[in-house]
Amino acid sequence: MIAELGHIALIMGLMMALLQGTFPLAGAAKGVPLWMAIARPAGRAQCFFLLVSFLCLAASFAANDFSVLYVARNSNTALPLYYRLSAVWGAHEGSMLLWALILGFWTLAVTIFSRSLTEEFLARVLGIMGLISVGILLFILLTSNPFERLANPPVDGNDLNPLLQDIGMTIHPPMLYMGYVGLSVAFSFAVAALLGGSLDSAWARWSRPWTLVAWIFLTLGITLGSWWAYYELGWGGWWFWDPVENASFMPWLVATALIHSLAVTEKRGAFKAWTVLLAIFAFSLSLLGTFLVRSGVLTSVHAFASDPARGLFILLFLAIVIGGSLFLYGLRAPTIKDHVRYEFVSKENLLLLNNILLVTAAGSILLGTLYPLVLDALGLGKISVGPPYFSTVFAPLMAPVFLLAGIAPMFPWRQASLRKIFGRVEKLVILSFIMGVTSVAMFWSFRDIQTMAGITMAFWLAATAVYTFWSRASLRQGVLSGFRSQSLTVYGMTLAHIGLAVFLVGVTLSSRYSVEKTIRMALNETFVLADYRFTFRGVARIDGPNYTAERGDFEVQQDGERIVLRPEKRAYHVQRNTMTEAAIDAGPLRDLYVALGEPMDHGAWSVRLYYKPFMRWVWFGGLFMMAGGLLSVSDRRYRLAAKRAESWASAASPKVAG
Amino acid sequence: MRFKFLIPLSVFMLLLVLLGIGLTLDPREVPSPFIGKPAPAFSLPTVHAPEQVLTTGQFTGQVSLLNVWASWCVSCRQEHPLLLELARQGIVPIYGLNYKDDRDNALSWLARLGNPYQVSAFDADGRVGIDWGVYGVPETFVIDKKGVIRHKQTGPLTAEILKGKLLPLIRQLQGEPA
Repeated sequence: MIAELGHIALIMGLMMALLQGTFPLAGAAKGVPLWMAIARPAGRAQCFFLLVSFLCLAASFAANDFSVLYVARNSNTALPLYYRLSAVWGAHEGSMLLWALILGFWTLAVTIFSRSLTEEFLARVLGIMGLISVGILLFILLTSNPFERLANPPVDGNDLNPLLQDIGMTIHPPMLYMGYVGLSVAFSFAVAALLGGSLDSAWARWSRPWTLVAWIFLTLGITLGSWWAYYELGWGGWWFWDPVENASFMPWLVATALIHSLAVTEKRGAFKAWTVLLAIFAFSLSLLGTFLVRSGVLTSVHAFASDPARGLFILLFLAIVIGGSLFLYGLRAPTIKDHVRYEFVSKENLLLLNNILLVTAAGSILLGTLYPLVLDALGLGKISVGPPYFSTVFAPLMAPVFLLAGIAPMFPWRQASLRKIFGRVEKLVILSFIMGVTSVAMFWSFRDIQTMAGITMAFWLAATAVYTFWSRASLRQGVLSGFRSQSLTVYGMTLAHIGLAVFLVGVTLSSRYSVEKTIRMALNETFVLADYRFTFRGVARIDGPNYTAERGDFEVQQDGERIVLRPEKRAYHVQRNTMTEAAIDAGPLRDLYVALGEPMDHGAWSVRLYYKPFMRWVWFGGLFMMAGGLLSVSDRRYRLAAKRAESWASAASPKVAG
Repeated sequence: MRFKFLIPLSVFMLLLVLLGIGLTLDPREVPSPFIGKPAPAFSLPTVHAPEQVLTTGQFTGQVSLLNVWASWCVSCRQEHPLLLELARQGIVPIYGLNYKDDRDNALSWLARLGNPYQVSAFDADGRVGIDWGVYGVPETFVIDKKGVIRHKQTGPLTAEILKGKLLPLIRQLQGEPA
């Protein structure tokens, strides 16, 4: 009964999405206020029905209703309730439903926080979001229905993939989807502006907070994902350049470019066409990413082709959404005019350069991700491009991005004097160079040029961020009032750029100075790794709810300090796979990481030991960037923007209808 | 001037066509220009011992496989159990070409997953890979007793490919005079 209810609610959601996607758009084109007024209630109703549908699926999981095919495939009576609920998005059908629900949430948010928008503009934005939703819901209902029943239900379910039975994996997908789907708001704003012909700084001001929030979720989602990969996959790595990760990284890079470009459009009214294009790109990439991953087209073309209906549907959907918006862009963009002048040497151009670099980086990842697909499509077999390609292409593109992120905030808008700027940064360049080189030489190695370059760059980023902030604040009299006078956006930018520096330190040091050792350890044997004495104290057998595990006991000593690490090797009963649960002692300056390998003779085990310096900094960097985004988005200018935009809207009547 | 705004659309159309092909085309064999030619000569240090070298001379006199692999390659992990099984059966010697890899990573990969190779050559910069026309990893070459490449498998081996194509070919080649 519950599953049928969920199914019906899903169909109702589709009906609401259809309403939301048709009448408001037509109303905006023809100027019928009543049709436009449908947008808000239809959007809210859609969200409500999707929530009901989602809760029905969750209830089926909670009640162990194995007559529902999706529940039978992904759950088990022995699975704890907590994981039974997160299993809702543990596989294809359910995660598509989550995707749709999150789009519903964003729609709801737009209906609530949109008082500053004109009726016409809001109708267009919600209409486009409705159309996207129609596509997704049709996809779910026609090809991936999670509510499908089984004629002969099994006694027990197939259990959730053990890799996903983990807290990190529980919150990671919803966060990532919040980011992916959140970019649909920026996309809808851009398309609505193209439709209405009203691309101006007010449009940029409206899109900016939405884009920032989506970017924050995306940052958090990626950070969580990489943290999860680090401790759950048991490899000690945190980024693998696999298609799933690339699918989230590409929209992040473009969204980062979009945030910066929106700032220029809002403050200076420049780059309008480019900003719109970026908004379209960002959402297109997240759609492409979601579907390439979801359809399995990247890991295997055969899985994709095994369900031709699904593949064809996806292709059609991409063609309509991305193709349609790019077509509209091709039609309307030539009419967009930037009436702003700026010199060659100016903040505008530096931000444009940063944009181009970020988009190129995203493009090169797209190329590397699709290259195996191209070969496969041409029948040349399935291959990996892998880190050699990505690190070769990516590093040279990112180095100038870091340089620019340091220097661009110091440039004034419109025109800048190179001599003045260089006069100001000269000391910072020398300072970061000396700090970078000497710190690496003192603590690590005299000849390690790569690490020196990385750390110098990190010092450069941090120093310029602090210096820029200081020079802005010190224009006022008194430090305190100077600090207070700065907008939260400035604080946010400073924090995010420092986050980039922190991230860079983590990446550089952990990749250059990690020590890894795979060894055989007998009972009570001691091994010394990077000054840490690891002693193996044996293995005990323990029972979990749906697995049994062998838990190793390791004592780690350094300078009288003593830690106990307990890595596990779990055997899950139902799916019969073994999972390595690494034990990690995390610290600000280093991570110690122990993973159990295979049992050997006489109670000995093969064991993997890692020492990873500054590992945490990678994720701290991500969190800093996220916090920077949060600060910017809570800037009161955006709350005031509501009032200003209203007066603007009444002053300038709608320019073009249709 | 107006056309520049249609560039994104055209690029996307191209991508769409590509994805469409990916959806419909059956994967098929594409002949490699290297088939029927002598194996391109190389002399590389081995993964396990940098002071030892593997040369193409070792391929003559017996039928052998050359498998291109890397520790960063996900698909390699997929075909790995098959290679281990093949090595255990001792039908044909398997040589490895460790492609654009890090020596430590390669060693720990072999230690962790097992080593099916007689010996693996260490091709750090991928130059030998270029000589052999390697598209990506994994790839497997069948080399006959005269040191001539007779077959190339792009992408991971599967049980069907191994049983249906590679093993019959290997048996046939083993019957040929050296």
